[in-house]
Amino acid sequence: MNNIVLLPVLIPFIAGAVLILFRHFPKLQRISSAVVMLVMLAASVLLVYSVYQDGILTVELGNWPAPFGIVLVGDLFASLMVLLSSITGVTCLFFAFQTITKEREKYFFYPFYFFLLTGVNGSFLTGDLFNLFVFFEVMLISSFILIVTGGTKFQLRESYKYVVINIFASMMFLAALAYIYGLTGTLNLAHIAQQIEEIGQTGVVNTAAIMLLIVFGIKGALFPLYFWLPQSYYGPPAAIAALFGGLLTKVGVYAIFRTFTLIFVHDISFTHTVLLVLAALTMVLGVLAAVAQFNFKMILTYHIISQIGYMIMGLAIFTPLAVAGAIYHIAHNVVVKSALFMFAGATQKITGTNNLKEMSGLLKTHPALAWLFFISAVSIAGIPPLSGFFSKFALVLSGLEAEMYVIVAVALIVGVFTLFSMMKIFIYVFWGSPSLQRSDYSHIKLAPLLMPIVPFIVLTIAMGLFAEPVFTFIQLTADQILDPSIYIDAVLGE
Amino acid sequence: MEILMIFTSGIIIAVATYLFMTRSLLRVAFGVVMLSHGVHLLILTLSGLETGAPPLLTENAEAYTDPLPQAVILTAIVISFGVTAFLLVLAYRTYKEHGTEDLEELRGNADE
Repeated sequence: MNNIVLLPVLIPFIAGAVLILFRHFPKLQRISSAVVMLVMLAASVLLVYSVYQDGILTVELGNWPAPFGIVLVGDLFASLMVLLSSITGVTCLFFAFQTITKEREKYFFYPFYFFLLTGVNGSFLTGDLFNLFVFFEVMLISSFILIVTGGTKFQLRESYKYVVINIFASMMFLAALAYIYGLTGTLNLAHIAQQIEEIGQTGVVNTAAIMLLIVFGIKGALFPLYFWLPQSYYGPPAAIAALFGGLLTKVGVYAIFRTFTLIFVHDISFTHTVLLVLAALTMVLGVLAAVAQFNFKMILTYHIISQIGYMIMGLAIFTPLAVAGAIYHIAHNVVVKSALFMFAGATQKITGTNNLKEMSGLLKTHPALAWLFFISAVSIAGIPPLSGFFSKFALVLSGLEAEMYVIVAVALIVGVFTLFSMMKIFIYVFWGSPSLQRSDYSHIKLAPLLMPIVPFIVLTIAMGLFAEPVFTFIQLTADQILDPSIYIDAVLGE
Repeated sequence: MEILMIFTSGIIIAVATYLFMTRSLLRVAFGVVMLSHGVHLLILTLSGLETGAPPLLTENAEAYTDPLPQAVILTAIVISFGVTAFLLVLAYRTYKEHGTEDLEELRGNADE
């Protein structure tokens, strides 16, 4: 039964490998990838359920006992993230069916889509630091290819920077790994945690911690390492941007959560203060940059950055409620951010532009699109009763309880700016007199474009209306990751 | 020996950093190669250099070298090989499309 942990990694990997062979059969690729994604979604639901029922599941690969071999560990947090990645994977795939070009389909879009998910799920589930590096690379190589396919001038130029910064981060990851291996003599996350508990979190351990923070900060777009993100997420089409914006940065955030709740927890006054300052700056600068933009997609990409700040804020406050709020925020953000990117894609398809000043009056011509967008926009701004409200409420409440008033003030002000820039989009795009003639858009069918977004909207409403059970589950998750001994015992045995 | 190797890898990483800072696409790619070499050396050194024994553990082994860093480096080499190949192709295509390999000219402008 433990082998179920392997499924979210194996299913997309095998699917991707097989689909390479069928590049000239787009229809076959579509059908089989849809089926595979749905199977993967079912497997992730099953994983969450069995972890919830039976506690942490571990698989020792090749039957090498931990800490000598590589382990895959499905705890509540990891399996929740896998579930989120599967949901995003399914919806973005169906959105891609509507928006992706024939050329992309022919040039290995689906195989690399699945390899990307392999890397993402692997990073969530692995219990080994070097294995985490390997899965990061799997994810990155696929993301390079998805970003650069098409080969326009803009894409090539921005991908080069994206690739170089990520390779640099990977090499730094290896250097940090060398320090940690030199210190502890192990690469198993649980074992590292145990060793560091024994030797104490001295200066050199903190050095390795900060190096890892820089690495994951680059992947997760933390201040001051987010500069690569807006341009490179702007290039690819909406389906890919939605997947990247919703999911890829969260892998970095997940890795920060994992390392700073499991391993580096013995010098909180240093490490978590650093995190707190970074969180505040990330929030403020991200949202200020978003306010200054007049491009639909650009506003959304800068919002990714400011929302990352909220998640790190929860980790930095480091109380059970704060961490639960942060996890809730991750879940909420994956859902809503992907939806918003798809809205950007849908409006781009209808109007043919991303510039806010060139659009107007879509409320009259496309009311369904307008109101669905409105729901997700107010959700990300944190208006009750949608999911964004409850995550921010938990974060702010825990900040007040911990008497960290500055970060609470920053979070609230950033919330106002978020609302402002979302309303800016709404006013420019949907209000005013219609700029389009009926003949301009009548050939574009709206329903197939909106269908993949609807599950996200339902989710954000459900996470708001049924906040009580969802939050109870997430508090369980937070309690589990805040007690490293549970994880260590599950991996290494009693 | 460890001290010497650490300095060696430090110098390699310094060279890589210099190459990263240059304006040429190709030099940046070389910087990536150098950086990966420096880091691989760092992994080997920091896990302790042993002399005089192979990384084999038999029942009665008296001495052995830690095999894990070597396995790690081998994997990392393969990965950096693949990534470097991809980066070189990307650099070539970027050069073809833009007609320049000067990063200063590849900054781009806001209204595209």
